[in-house]
Amino acid sequence: MNETSTETRSVVIEREIPHPPEKIWRALTQPQLLEEWLMKNDFKPVLGHSFRLTADWGAVDCRVQAVEPNKRLSYSWAAYGLESIVTWTLTPTSTGTRLRMEQSGFRPDQEQAYQGAKFGWQRFLASLEQVVARMD
Amino acid sequence: MPDLHDSLFRSLADPTRRAIFEQLCREGEQTVGALTARSAISQPAVSKHLGILKQAGLVRDRHEGRKTHYSAQLGALAPLIDWTSQMAGFWQSRFDRLEDLLKRMDQ
Repeated sequence: MNETSTETRSVVIEREIPHPPEKIWRALTQPQLLEEWLMKNDFKPVLGHSFRLTADWGAVDCRVQAVEPNKRLSYSWAAYGLESIVTWTLTPTSTGTRLRMEQSGFRPDQEQAYQGAKFGWQRFLASLEQVVARMD
Repeated sequence: MPDLHDSLFRSLADPTRRAIFEQLCREGEQTVGALTARSAISQPAVSKHLGILKQAGLVRDRHEGRKTHYSAQLGALAPLIDWTSQMAGFWQSRFDRLEDLLKRMDQ
């Protein structure tokens, strides 16, 4: 699941999802749907569009880098001084879609900046569990 | 990875052990005797804490004559500050939520 190298490091998550790419694309690009699983946002699937993902613990500044409807979506992701690129790739399969997320471009020397971010994520994941519990 | 985390967290959860580890980080290699002199607990107690820190990979021992020297192994903390594993956890949970949402979109 994780790919690590000494130069830049990336996180890769890949899942087979039993839904067509078109539907997943909507969940990735429509602000109200995006908010339901990621964060509040002012996203638009427009090349160069700057947007912000917000949560009570802070914000992530993003800019759209690539838009290929139902296939590929890429945006920069800057939070707590950490810069990376998040790329979504949708590949149709016989049963739905293989959805791949790669967050890349972190360098080891950014580790220190990450220290500040870590506490945000931990709080975020804790509140996430509560939200998910409410959804059931 | 979870086992490694467990052992790290458990060994650092104890304030006395944490103080010993911090002292080794600050001041470099020390003997059990030197660590005991700076501590409010007995030498066997210090040795026991060092044993637990060693099991978690947080300290290394070096024998010289009748004395054992201990030093901090900062690399053992890497799993705690490894952003890739933190971000992987973040995205795994996002994927879960996304899948939940996709199910509800069907309805």
